[in-house]
Amino acid sequence: MKNCLVVDDSKVIRKVARHILESLDLSVSEAVDGRDALTQCEASAPDVVLLDWNMPVMSGMEFLQALPGAGLAARPKIIFCTTENGISHIKAAVEAGADEYVMKPFDRETLESKLAIVGVI
Amino acid sequence: MAMTPSSGTPSSGSGASASGASSRSAARILSGLLEARTGQILSENRAWRMETALKPVLRAHGLADMDALAARLLTRKDPALENAVVNALLNNESSFFRDLQIFDMIHRQILPQIHAQRSDRTLRIWSAGCSTGQEAYSIAIQISNAMARWRGWRIEILATDISTAAIDQAKAGIFTQMDVQRGLAVGDLIKWFEPSGDDWCANPALRQMIDFRTDNLFDARAPMGEYDLLLCRNVLLYFTPERRQDVFRLLARHSHARSVLLLGAGETVIGHSEDFVPHPEFRGGYGRRIEASSLAQASVHRAL
Repeated sequence: MKNCLVVDDSKVIRKVARHILESLDLSVSEAVDGRDALTQCEASAPDVVLLDWNMPVMSGMEFLQALPGAGLAARPKIIFCTTENGISHIKAAVEAGADEYVMKPFDRETLESKLAIVGVI
Repeated sequence: MAMTPSSGTPSSGSGASASGASSRSAARILSGLLEARTGQILSENRAWRMETALKPVLRAHGLADMDALAARLLTRKDPALENAVVNALLNNESSFFRDLQIFDMIHRQILPQIHAQRSDRTLRIWSAGCSTGQEAYSIAIQISNAMARWRGWRIEILATDISTAAIDQAKAGIFTQMDVQRGLAVGDLIKWFEPSGDDWCANPALRQMIDFRTDNLFDARAPMGEYDLLLCRNVLLYFTPERRQDVFRLLARHSHARSVLLLGAGETVIGHSEDFVPHPEFRGGYGRRIEASSLAQASVHRAL
């Protein structure tokens, strides 16, 4: 079973995402900010990271920039999932290495299609 | 359209049972209109949401409920109202790159084969029952992303649907944030769409590739000649078996020996068409019967 790490400082978003992802037969772990996510990536090497942009301690973009230095054997697919819906943010995320981008609010169909596009399901 | 009050004259109804019976009569009248105009049958799982789908029409015409709407249609010739009802009842659900494996097959196998076979450098595609256009835009994006391969080719993409509202939206190329997130890769979003308020608009180059037309599959005027790739996906499931045969005959008239027909998941030609058979090379696709047999013979010859 593939694993998705949900990184979001909102407990509600993590809960909603977990519910959808588990229904898609993914195992789910959670992180509350970018720093927490880096630690978890080093420990458990998720297949995909669902990544919020604005978080305390370490933002999603800072996480993305720090990821290459984490020394992971395999880089997880990164799907930004954020309220930053402007095209400048989307372009910046893609240029920084994001594989996909979800604009909040999202639903099951959206997450399912993005996970299919990055080849996780 | 042929409607008579014989199936039950709508009444104002008083009391729950009278009102329920009255609404059922109204539902029959309205679904009869849909079938007469489009050939589509409202299945039970679509019929229950009829009132919800019609709410904007009721509001726009100052009508209290479905009974009042049915009564208006029976007592007054109102083509605009009929059109609004039909548009509201049609299922316009669609998404970009719906069934990703199918689009992967189009990209990796079908389009390259057409490219290799068409010596006149003309690519003709028909998206029949295109709804709000996502299927046609998905194909246009695939072709545009491989434009080096198609340089010097004449590319024609016809996309038809009976819903005037759906075709208007398709032509405008405006999609909601939710629409563009369903199936569209972020790279294609950035490349082929521009923000338009809270929505996203397909760029002019993409829109110009597609000829969107309002057209009825049972009185088709838009398709001309033969198409290399025909997509009629998630359309036939709304028709009776007889109507499906009519559609297959139409698709056969507009296909050639090497054309590829793609249907929706769960739709098949088997039992409905003598003209098409499962394609020997493209899983889930269909080819003309004559082509399939000659391909089989060719395989035998190669094997020998």
